[in-house]
Amino acid sequence: MKTTLRAGAALATLALAGGTLAADIRFDGFPDYDSQLNAILPDFEAQTGISVDMLMNEHGGHHERIATTLATGSGLGDVVLIDVGFVGSYVDGGGFMDLTDLFAPHADQFAEYAVTQGQGSDGRQYGIPVDLGPGVMYFRRDYMEDLGYDVDEVMADWDSYLEYGRDLRDNHDVLLIGHANDVAQAYYNFNVEPGNGLYFDADGEPLVTNERFQRAFELARTVRDENMDGRINAWSEDWYQGFQEGKFATQMSGAWLLGHLQNWMAPDTAGNWGVSHLPSGMYGTWGGSFLGIPVQSGNPDQAWELIEYMISEDIQLAGFDNIAAFPANVNTYDDSMFEESIDFLRGQQARQMWAEIAENVEPVAPHRGDQIANSLIDEALENVLDEGMDIEQALRNAENQIRRRVR
Amino acid sequence: MTNQAEITVDTPDDERSKEVRSGRLKRFLENGTPYWFLSPYIIIFGTFGIFPVFFMIFLSFHTWNPVAGLGSMRFVGLENYALSLTDPRLWKTMWNTIAIAVMSGLAQHLVALPMAYLLISLGARARHWLSTAYFLPYVTSTVAVSMIFYIMYSPQSGIINQGLNLLANGTLTSWAFGWIGQFQPIGWLQENSLIRYSISFVVFWKYVGFNIVIYAAGLSTINQELYEAAKIDGASHMQRFRYVALPLLKPFIFFAVTLTIIGNMQLFDEPYVLTRGLQQATSNGMTISNYLYRIGWEWLDMGSAAAVSWILFVVIALFTGLYFWLFGRQGLGGNE
Repeated sequence: MKTTLRAGAALATLALAGGTLAADIRFDGFPDYDSQLNAILPDFEAQTGISVDMLMNEHGGHHERIATTLATGSGLGDVVLIDVGFVGSYVDGGGFMDLTDLFAPHADQFAEYAVTQGQGSDGRQYGIPVDLGPGVMYFRRDYMEDLGYDVDEVMADWDSYLEYGRDLRDNHDVLLIGHANDVAQAYYNFNVEPGNGLYFDADGEPLVTNERFQRAFELARTVRDENMDGRINAWSEDWYQGFQEGKFATQMSGAWLLGHLQNWMAPDTAGNWGVSHLPSGMYGTWGGSFLGIPVQSGNPDQAWELIEYMISEDIQLAGFDNIAAFPANVNTYDDSMFEESIDFLRGQQARQMWAEIAENVEPVAPHRGDQIANSLIDEALENVLDEGMDIEQALRNAENQIRRRVR
Repeated sequence: MTNQAEITVDTPDDERSKEVRSGRLKRFLENGTPYWFLSPYIIIFGTFGIFPVFFMIFLSFHTWNPVAGLGSMRFVGLENYALSLTDPRLWKTMWNTIAIAVMSGLAQHLVALPMAYLLISLGARARHWLSTAYFLPYVTSTVAVSMIFYIMYSPQSGIINQGLNLLANGTLTSWAFGWIGQFQPIGWLQENSLIRYSISFVVFWKYVGFNIVIYAAGLSTINQELYEAAKIDGASHMQRFRYVALPLLKPFIFFAVTLTIIGNMQLFDEPYVLTRGLQQATSNGMTISNYLYRIGWEWLDMGSAAAVSWILFVVIALFTGLYFWLFGRQGLGGNE
């Protein structure tokens, strides 16, 4: 009896030890990066002899987990994937390693704005850009043809865009866009004044009452008041159905939306879609991700080897191929992949446009208060669109709250 | 060798003290036995039950960004409380919570009481089957339930609006339901004026069965002779419910309503899932628990979140206290 117990205990200990020894480092992220890692890790392990384990959680849960594990000081992997929306609030906290010197030899190969996004307020590099989300307008080609419009004419400026929406509403019984929120968001995200952050200026003063936000809110209110949107929230059943049934004619999003559209959201609408710049020819981004090494990691050297591997040209291209993650490494843009025409977009060579956007987006510095400002601005927009609150009033309230909350 | 040497210097005195000592140890171990067995629970309860309460008090007087680690904690006195109490959003979410709690809570009990009475009168067989059926939503995962309701509430593709459309356009039903057509598509969760009702309905649906089971259990403790006596005196079904069953149920009502007050004031899951993790939360759909979650985990301001949760605690304590003060003697004293 005793011997069996002892043998059992020994086995259990071995198994535990084996579990921890199984991999040298761990990658914490969210899907679809598991598909990408499964594809690239065998080669990485063969080349470097470093074995990598994965811990994948859905997008929201993953970022909550980062906050908890940073708070407790343990439990986070060695390489961590961070969505651009969280970079601002995480990189300045001191939980991630300063990678400035390691990244220096590579920095000029990366989209400038993304490099800036990964920096803390001290100007040091904490997040390494791994994929980008060039912001574009998806539009239904068939609707434009039916009404006799040309895409350049529609996207000339915001007024022509709205004029197209009125025509769609009156003569085609189709909505311009799913949700008016997106119009406001695109406008204030894509028109940041040089030198300013998204919500804060260089001195940390909130900017939300400035002209950019006013105009963004006005555009959204026009869309709502003139019945050009359907209050259809992104990532809802109605949104998917809206794409399938062509209920709305345009949708602004990242380049990555194409993968979702053609794989599962609306594969039957292939050939009806096209992509274009946003009105007024604005360049901007919609999404993107970063890699970081937590200070608590026990294997920073090996972790950096994995990051370096993941941002190398070949692997960046593999990511584009495997999971439609748009490369952050601009050297890849010469690859023949970027000249391929895309059947879903009726043969458009859309990747060239995305690359052009990625190279031209102006850098916007993140701020630790971005998350707070983001939800307070959303709330203000809702008050304007749904409750009829005065725009100036709503923005002033938001500014007051931001001042109080960002301490 | 050394052992032998020790033995030679051992005196009877030492022997005795050793015996005494080992006796004491034995007694300590014996007396402590229950506590040794209890210790796993005590350790876990202490770590996850008691420690967080005191840590929260401590935390509510500090600012702390969890991402920056424990070292970033800074004492700010009552600032978190001042910030929270003057935050219009806090009062808005507090009011939402109370409105949803009252709407779903009242409906639960007003339906559960007569329903339980009906179940009891149906006889044992039907009662067991039906109470299982009513209890089922309670044991089903809240997240799963809320996700299904989210899909059912969809303005365009949801089964509720599709059903209403069918009624509004049906040849036989359009005279009664035709007017609904002009409001379609109804945004059950998008419309700020509707979202409280939509959330309340899910809460009602989920917890009404729990209350039915409590009341059915309460009703089954009532002596049948009392009903018979009332019947002989000429009391109708209604009167037997009103004058026999209801007064004797008071302790059960008191218990069930207390649970509802505490549970509903802490409502989190249903609105969280119905608003897609608060991403689509319109201002009327956010409860105070949702708000404190946003402050803590999205805004990374743990100090304020701790202060808000203490404010919530005080409010719940006040409501429960008020309820005890008003109905406690009747509720706990039984037939008084």
